[in-house]
Amino acid sequence: MQASAAAIAGGALGANAQGLGLAAPQDLTPYIREITGGRKPEERDVEIDIPQIAENGNSIPAKFRVKSPMTAEDHVTAIHILCERNPRVQAATFHLGPQSGRAEISTRIRLAGTQNVTVVAVLSGNRYLIGATPVLVTAAACLDETAG
Amino acid sequence: MLLGRVQIPQSVRRGEAFEVRVLVQHPMETGFRRDMNGRAIPLNVLDHVSCKYGGREVFSAKLGSGIAANPYVAFYVTADTSGPLIVEWSDDKGEKGSFTATVSVAG
Repeated sequence: MQASAAAIAGGALGANAQGLGLAAPQDLTPYIREITGGRKPEERDVEIDIPQIAENGNSIPAKFRVKSPMTAEDHVTAIHILCERNPRVQAATFHLGPQSGRAEISTRIRLAGTQNVTVVAVLSGNRYLIGATPVLVTAAACLDETAG
Repeated sequence: MLLGRVQIPQSVRRGEAFEVRVLVQHPMETGFRRDMNGRAIPLNVLDHVSCKYGGREVFSAKLGSGIAANPYVAFYVTADTSGPLIVEWSDDKGEKGSFTATVSVAG
């Protein structure tokens, strides 16, 4: 009885480890292409304010800033956050406009392990910016199998 | 009803961008966790946050399980007229919540 219970538990854990997608980081190219429609984003003017080392991945404070005058002619319309080693790569999308005044978003993200956090910003006039920063996570989010 | 709070400065100057800070109580369940009996806990995330001010939508966000539990989002809005600033949120089960803050524009 004990042995079979252990086997079931082991099986459940194994299935979970697979489902968590903790292996290699995913290729972000299809995600970026979906945002930019095939155009190549420029690597500039995106600032990511995030701790370089996070003790655990459950809640990491992050600030995403895009240098933009935020006028009616030239503004940021969207900021996409992509985490390449998370089971779901697309963490969040924020929609802004000229009335935002400032292209800056603060939030708290979850990271399933050490990885690059990538930000793709969509500017008015179909222009795109990209920026990335590495974060070292010593204990990943979603490894805790039991709730509560 | 999903509870949450919105914080804005007490008074702002016209044309100035002020920070709107939103904090909502929500577990942001990823769908990857299991309970004590080994059953999968279904996905349940707060996936939509939006902000209306001066009669139009000035901000919206689509969140996923990559956002920490009790999601916190802070963004900027340019002060225009005194009046209500309404932040609304909803999760993937259709649970909703909102908070109305009053913007007071000085000068």
